[in-house]
Amino acid sequence: MKVQDVLGRRDYALISKLIPQASKVLDLGCGDGALLAFLKESKGIEARGIELNPEMVHAAIARGVSVYQGNLEGSLREYPDKAFDYVLLSQTVQETRKPLKVLTEMLRIGSHAIIAFPNFGHWRVRFSHLISGRAPKTRLFPHAWHASPNIHFLTVLDFEELASEQGWLVEQRLFLSGNRRIYRFPNLYAEIAVYLLKSPS
Amino acid sequence: MISELQTVRIDELSLDSGEVLRDVAVAYETYGRLNERKSNAILILHAFTGDAHAAGVDKDGKDGWWSSMIGPGKAFDTDRYFVLCSNVLGGCRGTTGPSSPDPATGKPYAMGFPVITIGDMVRLQHRLVESLGISQLLAVSGGSMGGMQALEWAVAFPESVYACIPIATTGRHTAQQIAFNEVGRQAIVADPDFHAGSYYESKPPARGLAVARMVGHITYMSDDSMREKFGRRLRGREEFSYGFDADFEVESYLRYRGSQFVGRFDANSYLYITKAMDYFDLTAGYGSLGASLERAKCRFLVISFTSDWLYPSYQSLEIVNALRSRNHDVTYCELSSSYGHDAFLVDVTHQTGIVRGFLARCERELEAAR
Repeated sequence: MKVQDVLGRRDYALISKLIPQASKVLDLGCGDGALLAFLKESKGIEARGIELNPEMVHAAIARGVSVYQGNLEGSLREYPDKAFDYVLLSQTVQETRKPLKVLTEMLRIGSHAIIAFPNFGHWRVRFSHLISGRAPKTRLFPHAWHASPNIHFLTVLDFEELASEQGWLVEQRLFLSGNRRIYRFPNLYAEIAVYLLKSPS
Repeated sequence: MISELQTVRIDELSLDSGEVLRDVAVAYETYGRLNERKSNAILILHAFTGDAHAAGVDKDGKDGWWSSMIGPGKAFDTDRYFVLCSNVLGGCRGTTGPSSPDPATGKPYAMGFPVITIGDMVRLQHRLVESLGISQLLAVSGGSMGGMQALEWAVAFPESVYACIPIATTGRHTAQQIAFNEVGRQAIVADPDFHAGSYYESKPPARGLAVARMVGHITYMSDDSMREKFGRRLRGREEFSYGFDADFEVESYLRYRGSQFVGRFDANSYLYITKAMDYFDLTAGYGSLGASLERAKCRFLVISFTSDWLYPSYQSLEIVNALRSRNHDVTYCELSSSYGHDAFLVDVTHQTGIVRGFLARCERELEAAR
């Protein structure tokens, strides 16, 4: 499940707030390019995307977004350092094989990175696991264990820890549950965490 | 849409080989209307054996080779764009080539024609475009050798191209591609009617040219598409002939294609144009694809096809990755098709949507930049 499935188009507004006018933006796993098209329209950004699914790629190109068809994990090394102002990764970090490598690459090719991920520390996840004794199933993690695209589960605390270990500068953090912003105990109450990072150098 | 072949003549053209061609004819067709600002022109570049007749219906009632892509409401929408296509230098369909008369002797050049390159073809097209008063093309596009020309345009005339759409192509010919071309050339040269290229007053090396075309045809298809189209079906018989007639459908198809080709193509043009493709190497003089493509100023749409083994996707990816490494604006998409290299001509449904969306975006951005 993607952020927009839960939030409608609210995440667009949210991400849009984080991105200044006329930035150069790369969206990893850009789907049909709807977010990039929205940002192009509202912020006049220079939009680029990477997407693996051919139908999505066709749709994105048809709406006028510049897309590269490829697997995002194998596709970042070609870009030169700081090629973009912002590199977005919405809802897929937990699906990548080597999340740390992806995040490091994002901060190499972008001055800033925006990462949104579903929080595995949410109370419903904890509750589901505790009560059922099975791999948790919630609205953000609806899949059976064998059918889940998620291979690296993480929580808000996990991400904070990694960021401080890696020396990433967290410029902003936003937490959401459904349509509500969460301000207290995000690791327990946030379904979605959105981080705006700046590369250390 | 009736299309009419037109011709301009260029006084002289300097070639990569150092030679100079005089009184060069360029045959071309146009579709749609050039707008007042001359900002809606798209140059279509044909593949090896194509010609200027890309769209519409010619005087003999024949459809253009890319009629599926060019026309009102099509990918290259002639209601919006002014589309032009010219026969390449070295060709035999109206533009000067080895079968044209040498102004010095009045007789066909034959093997006296200078060796030409993709760069030479593009320089001649640039002269044509200039002669029409167009300073910047909205887009250049073509598949196969047409894609090579599109790439050459982007690098050789960066100011004259706003967008580049190379399809099913490569930045340089590989050993395998050169090898297939060489088989075709040797088939022609080995034909006793070849007479070192001076066959214009007798009969052409038809058998050699037909064999060359048969080899070419195999490379344009795929294992899947051939299996589907022919299988092991026999042609007009129930049992094997136990002889060397064309038993199989595929044999008779190739023979038919070969013999049909002889009527419309010149063997010397085959030699010269395949050689130009083999010489094509975008990295030449630059050291790398990235360094050469760095000169380009346009946005790119690169398309390849899953079953194309003549110009496989990895070659398109080399171009795309070189562009990404220089932070160029490049859209890349590998379309799924079972038609092999021919897909860019025959399997155009997805290609149409993509090209249309990309062109619409380019048009908007060009407009906004004014």
